[in-house]
Amino acid sequence: MTRQQVLDMYFMDARCKLIELAAFLDRVDRASATDDFRIEAFRKALAELNSNSSGRAEKVLLAFSDLTADPIAAATTKAACGAYPGAR
Amino acid sequence: MRYIEPHGHMVSRTTDDYQDMATAGCVAVCEPAFWAGFDRSSVHGFYDYFRQLTEFEPKRAAKFGLQHYTWLCINPKESEDLKLADEVLGIIPKFIDEPTVLGIGEIGLNKNSRNEIKVLEKHVELAARLDQLILVHTPHLEDKLKGTKLILDVIRNEKRIRPERVIIDHVEEHTVRFVLEAGFWAGMTLYPESKCTPARAIDILEIYGTERIWMNSACDWGVSVPLAVPRTALEMRKREHSAEWIDKVIYQNPIRFMSQSPKFKIRLEPGKS
Repeated sequence: MTRQQVLDMYFMDARCKLIELAAFLDRVDRASATDDFRIEAFRKALAELNSNSSGRAEKVLLAFSDLTADPIAAATTKAACGAYPGAR
Repeated sequence: MRYIEPHGHMVSRTTDDYQDMATAGCVAVCEPAFWAGFDRSSVHGFYDYFRQLTEFEPKRAAKFGLQHYTWLCINPKESEDLKLADEVLGIIPKFIDEPTVLGIGEIGLNKNSRNEIKVLEKHVELAARLDQLILVHTPHLEDKLKGTKLILDVIRNEKRIRPERVIIDHVEEHTVRFVLEAGFWAGMTLYPESKCTPARAIDILEIYGTERIWMNSACDWGVSVPLAVPRTALEMRKREHSAEWIDKVIYQNPIRFMSQSPKFKIRLEPGKS
């Protein structure tokens, strides 16, 4: 597809998601209490969007990932929360 | 359009879903054993579940003209209990020769714990010993990258397993490359919130090609879309991919992988090839 076709197909959807992200950050700012590891990882991931190189989706995923190599001693929960607590 | 749903937890879905999938062109659905949303209390719960997967669900699917295949295991979410895992591994051979069982799956890791790895190693050894295909679940979200690497290490350590007989499912942009480069098949799961959206899955196909890769809905009891595969095919069409390109991803590739099991045979309608 040409760049024009890609924009025709996906621009409105991406614009909508971008505004949702902005509104989410405003909502977080209005809320009391301090940040936690999730929003810290989120801000780190946001920085990747301004990169001029390709592979942004991969870099955003890496910003949220556990980059350690060793297994954990035992699973204490079944769920994932979307960001690695140890990535601060 | 014709397609195969290579990963759907149909015991959690309704007959409306079967009807919709058949209407959209689905010819076969393959159901890996899964976590029920709560821990089963004993091996007897798994025995009943394996009976449901091998006896009841194929009949339910057949009412809508769909072939149903399955994979057996204890899910990594229940792998912290090593005694229970050993008991479940002990009953799998009783079911493995059933005519619709394709192999061991979906095994893998969830939180990347030591016990999960022990149980994964036992499943891989069982698959090697019984000469079975393997379908692998990779962890969610922040645990996926590390878990995928640990899983590949475990499988590569079992020299009797050939990578082309293993599909590593739920790949995303940060894991697909090393799965494919290691010679494994890769599965992309189309979910509304986590894993891949249709647009991102097509991006991955455009970047990495259509060899050794499939897509699935992994529809289950959670937020998921049983028609995710045909809807993604429509988006491929909008992106001007050819009918042959789409057919390869959603129909021919699943057949190519699963036909490595002699049990997997697509029954075609008369006059269709």
